[in-house]
Amino acid sequence: MTTARIDARFAALKAEGRAAFIPYVMGGDPSREEALAILKGLPAAGADIIELGFPFSDPMAEGPPIQRAAIRGLKAGFGLRSTMDLAREFRKGDDVTPIVLMGYLNPIESLGYDAFAAYAADCGIDGLIVVDCPPEEAGPLIAALDKVSISLIRLATPTSDDARLKIVVQGTSGFVYYVAVAGVTGVKEANADVVAPAVMRVRKASGLPVAVGFGVKTPERAAEIARVADAVVVGSALVDEVAAALEAGEAVAPRVLARVKALGDAVRSVRTGASLAETV
Amino acid sequence: MNAQTPIRTPTPGQPLSNAYAWPDAQGRFGPYGGQFVAETLMPLIHELDAAYKAAKADPSFQAELDGFLTHYVGRESPLYFAERLTDHFGGARIWLKREDLNHTGAHKINNCMGQILLARRMGKTRIIAETGAGQHGVASATVSARFGLPCTVYMGAVDVERQQPNVFRMRLLGSEVFSVTAGAATLKDAMNEAMRDWVTNVSDTYYIIGTAAGPHPYPAMVRDFQSVIGKEIKTQSMARMGKLPEAVVACIGGGSNAIGAFHPFIDDAAVRLIGVEAAGHGLDTPDHAASLKGGRSGVLHGNRTYLLQDDDGNIVEGHSISAGLDYPGIGPEHAWLHDIGRAEYRSATDNEALEAFQLCSKLEGIIPALEPAHALARTGEVAREVGKGGDVVLLMSGRGDKDIFQVAKHLGVEL
Repeated sequence: MTTARIDARFAALKAEGRAAFIPYVMGGDPSREEALAILKGLPAAGADIIELGFPFSDPMAEGPPIQRAAIRGLKAGFGLRSTMDLAREFRKGDDVTPIVLMGYLNPIESLGYDAFAAYAADCGIDGLIVVDCPPEEAGPLIAALDKVSISLIRLATPTSDDARLKIVVQGTSGFVYYVAVAGVTGVKEANADVVAPAVMRVRKASGLPVAVGFGVKTPERAAEIARVADAVVVGSALVDEVAAALEAGEAVAPRVLARVKALGDAVRSVRTGASLAETV
Repeated sequence: MNAQTPIRTPTPGQPLSNAYAWPDAQGRFGPYGGQFVAETLMPLIHELDAAYKAAKADPSFQAELDGFLTHYVGRESPLYFAERLTDHFGGARIWLKREDLNHTGAHKINNCMGQILLARRMGKTRIIAETGAGQHGVASATVSARFGLPCTVYMGAVDVERQQPNVFRMRLLGSEVFSVTAGAATLKDAMNEAMRDWVTNVSDTYYIIGTAAGPHPYPAMVRDFQSVIGKEIKTQSMARMGKLPEAVVACIGGGSNAIGAFHPFIDDAAVRLIGVEAAGHGLDTPDHAASLKGGRSGVLHGNRTYLLQDDDGNIVEGHSISAGLDYPGIGPEHAWLHDIGRAEYRSATDNEALEAFQLCSKLEGIIPALEPAHALARTGEVAREVGKGGDVVLLMSGRGDKDIFQVAKHLGVEL
C-alpha cells in the first residue's frame, strides 16, 4: 500500500535530481526531551525522510552503536508505543516529512498487529521496517498495515539473488532498503562501486526508489553512495554522537543535528548519476 | 498472538492420529516456529533446509552419523532401572535414560555430531555456536576438534564466570570462547551474538544451534538428531519392560533433550510426556525461566514461541540455578504440544532441584546435572500418579560434575 508522504518526497527529489538523506534516530535516546528535540530539528538539518527506531531488548541485526542506543532508550523507559508517541508530537509541527518506523517484530506482536497499525497511523507513521520479518512471515502484518495505508518497507541484501529479490519486492511500496553489507549495522563500510550495480538490480526488480544503509558513516561516504542510490541512510554514526555528547557532558541535540547537517549537506552536494536516473 | 494462519489443528486434549507430521512446509508447528530472521540470512536458511532434506534422504548420511554415534559418542546409552529411587518414591518403577554417559557428559553431542556432518557436507569451513551452561559449547568444540574445523563459541559473560571449567574445556579443545557482554550477558545474548556473527560471515560459516529452537529448519533438525534418545527408549522399554513406559519425564530449557525423548512417542497416546520447566525462585516471583507457565507467545531468535516478556514485548531475563535452563524461550514444538495438550508441562524450583540433585547422588551413586535434577524433582509425583506396576522413564540428560561448585555454594560449603 502506497503512502502519500513517501511518494511525494521521492517525486520531489527526483525532480531535483538528488538522493534523499535519511537519518536514523532511536526513540527515547537518551531521554524523551532530547529525543524529541533531535526529531524536531531533523528536517531543518537536512533530513528528507526520518527513520525512527524503537528500542528492543534483543536487537539481533545491530552492531554495538545501535545496541547501546537501544539500551539507552530502554533505560529512559521507551518502547514501541512511547516511540510512536514521539512521532505524534513531531507531526504537530511537520506534516510532510515521512517517518519510517524501524525495529523488531516482538513488540509489534505483543501489541497486536491491528492495534499497532491503528496506533501507528494515528501517530503519523508512513512506513515500517521490521528487521526480523521476512516476506514469508509478513502476510498478516501487511494485511493490518494495508488497512491504514502504511508501507512495509522491504530489505534487499548482498545475499539476495534474482529469484530471492523477486520474492522480497513482491507487492511492496514506498521504497526498498538495500542493506549494503552482509553484517550488522555500523561495523563494515559500504563500498559505492559494489553498491551501484546492486542498486540498479533492486530498482529494476521493484520499480521503486532504493535507499542504501548499513555501513555509511562519513559525509564522504554518504556523498559517494548518494551518487548511485536514491537515498542514503545513516544510523550508527548518529547514535554514536549521542553517546559522545553524553560522555563529554555536552547538549545532545545540537551535537547530533550538527552531524546530520554535515551528512545532509554531503548528500545534497551531489547529483544522482545520470545513467542510473535513466533506469528509473 | 496467534496471528499466523494455523493450518491443521488437532482438537486440544484429543489423542492424535498417527498423522503427526509437524512442522509444515513453512516450518510451523501450528502458529509456532517459522523463519523470523534478517533478510540477509533467508537465503542461507533456505540453503540449510535444502541441504538437511537431502542429507535426511541419503542413507549414507545416516550411516555415517550412526557410526560416529556408536564409536565416538558411545551410544546406545543405557536405560537403567533406578531401584532405590523407585523404593524411595513408592510408585511406578523409575528408569534413567543415561545421556549423562555420552562422550562430553550430556545429550548435546547427539545434535552436534549430526550438524557438523551436515556442515561438512555443505562445504562449510567454520563453526559457530552459542552456549549457556557450556555443555553445548563443549559438544560443539569437541566435534569441531574431531573434524578439524575452527570453532567460535559465544557465551554470556555471566555464564563464563559461573561455568569456568567448561570455558577451559572448550579452549583446551581448540575453540575460541567469546565472552558476550551485550544485554544481560547470558544465553539469549550469546545467541544474539552468534546470529550477528552468522549474518556477517555468510559464505563460510555454519551455525550449530544447540536447542530445538531458532528459525526453521533448526527446531525440526535438532529434534531429529535428538530423537535417537526416544527411539532407544522405545526399543529398550520393549526389551526390558515388555511394553512402553506409562510416562517419560524430561527437563526443559529450550527443550532439545525433551523433544528428542518425546517425539518418537507422540503417536503413542497412552504414553504421558511430561516436561519440567525451571521455576527458579517460584512462578509467583519474577525470577524463573518457565516460558510456558509464565510467558506468552512472541517472536525471538528466528521463531514464534512462548517467551518471557514484559508489556512492551521486550524479552525478560530468565532465572534458574541451572545455567542450561535459564533461557527466556522454549522450542516451538513444545509450545505446540503444550497448546494441543499432547505433552504436560510442570515446573520445579531451584530448591527442589537442589534436593533432587542430592537425592539422586545419595541413592543411586549418580550425580545428575542440575538440569535433569529439575525433571527428577517432579518424577516422584509422576511415579505415584502412574502407580505401582507402571514404568516411568526419566531423561538423565547430563552429568553433574560441572555443577558441583554451584551446588556447594548453595549448600554453604566452601571447596
